[in-house]
Amino acid sequence: MNDLLAHYGPFLLRGFGMTVLCWLLGTVGGMALGLAIALIQRYSIAPVRWVLRIYIEAIRGTPFLAQLFLLYYGGPMFGLRLDPIPAGLLGLSVYSSPYFAEIFRSAFGAVPIGQIEAARAIGMSEPSIVRRILLPLGLVSALPAMVNFSIVLTKETVILSIITVPELMYQVQRMSAETFRYVEANLALALFFWGLVELISRLGRRFETRITKHLIERT
Amino acid sequence: MVRASSVEIRKVNKFYGPFHALKDIDMSIAPGKVTCLIGPSGSGKSTLLRCVNFLEEYNSGEVLIDGELIGYETAGGKKMSSRRLREMRRTIGMVFQQFNLWPHMTALQNVAEGLIRVRGMAKSEAEARAADALEKVGLGDRMSNHPSRLSGGQQQRVAIARAIAMEPRLMLFDEPTSALDPELVGEVLSVMKALAAEGMTMVVVTHEMGFAAHVADKVAFMEQGELVAMDEPANILHHPEDPRIQSFLRTYHERNSF
Ligand SMILES: Nc1ncnc2c1ncn2[C@@H]1O[C@H](COP(=O)(O)OP(=O)(O)OP(=O)(O)O)[C@@H](O)[C@H]1O
Ligand SMILES: [Mg+2]
Repeated sequence: MNDLLAHYGPFLLRGFGMTVLCWLLGTVGGMALGLAIALIQRYSIAPVRWVLRIYIEAIRGTPFLAQLFLLYYGGPMFGLRLDPIPAGLLGLSVYSSPYFAEIFRSAFGAVPIGQIEAARAIGMSEPSIVRRILLPLGLVSALPAMVNFSIVLTKETVILSIITVPELMYQVQRMSAETFRYVEANLALALFFWGLVELISRLGRRFETRITKHLIERT
Repeated sequence: MVRASSVEIRKVNKFYGPFHALKDIDMSIAPGKVTCLIGPSGSGKSTLLRCVNFLEEYNSGEVLIDGELIGYETAGGKKMSSRRLREMRRTIGMVFQQFNLWPHMTALQNVAEGLIRVRGMAKSEAEARAADALEKVGLGDRMSNHPSRLSGGQQQRVAIARAIAMEPRLMLFDEPTSALDPELVGEVLSVMKALAAEGMTMVVVTHEMGFAAHVADKVAFMEQGELVAMDEPANILHHPEDPRIQSFLRTYHERNSF
């Protein structure tokens, strides 16, 4: 057991580092794409909204595994030749974007229309309203759902192992294949993920309390 | 004294789908005058008020602020540019029933926001002006409070300060005291009275008949999308001729007596 740890520990740790990195960048990418989609949906003409709707439904309706295969192995047919890590990051961003877009869409919808009308009534421009009213209020109310979906995404990163991104699952599979210690390897994987998820949810909660301090009605 | 606008409403119609919400409304408000809009729920008071700053798009007719058409380039023509609309809205303040303060900003920031974003003032100048406006509504000591830490009456006074800091020439009020506990109504009404005394043109949708009787120059009664009558307060509130007004006031008095 000690030998096992000594030999594979560093690989697992490095794999975990890669997992965290992929998760972080993929989530940020997905949020950025999702935010752009939600804003465009809100302010654009109907045909553009339909196209985005189709994008959302197509991505949500298909497995991440299939999307990633198509991107990595099918991409070169369309001139999109990516290394495993960039492909994984792009894949994660695209895969998560419709979920984030829906989170933002409903959060923007929950910003009271009166607060937006108050801004219009004093002559504020729509870009100012988005920046000063819609985004701050919308993002705050979206935060719990954003944290929640980010947690779901941590576990989707294991799928990147199929395109040989050297993340935690990839290392665990290597260890299993070489030692037949499937249980230990997967137990390690489970513990790493649990720790990560716990950390994210704590940070999320702390952040939430801080930024909603002023928004809670005094009773 | 403020430089006050006139409002001229001519044959304004508004439809929500098939529903005819405003029917050929004509109304003329001279600069510096206070007009109260009263009438039963659903009669179109808010809709009419919101047509004046084009938060609600009217379908036909004209709304003129100081003789200038708002919302459309020409009567029945295409919509005016959003830039032009925003310029016109700068001179029209609006106060809502639900206050609609921005909850993530302090009272001072709520008032300064428009000065910074719309009037293009530097932050320090905007905040000095915002502080003046808050002093004026009696909230000099509450400037750094967020709305969640203010009473309803205080929130509504911040909302009024937010509007008057922009130096409007016309103020629109949509039931400004209806969401308030009875003991907080007075502080808001007295701020409004002071504004009226400065010569501001005001259009006020209200159920405060006392305010209408004592402060308004004209009272307009609406029912089912029609302007039934517009006259001196006494002629509407004390000896109305129209049976619809009589019945409305009877209900009002019954509800308010115990
Ligand atoms: N966005 C809308 N879509 C459809 N109908 C609407 C809309 N807004 C208002 N109406 C209808 O138009 C009519 C007039 O509404 P409005 O809000 O102007 O009445 P009001 O006189 O202000 O009533 P209250 O005293 O209850 O505020 C009502 O019958 C209402 O149902
Ligand atoms: Mg109303």
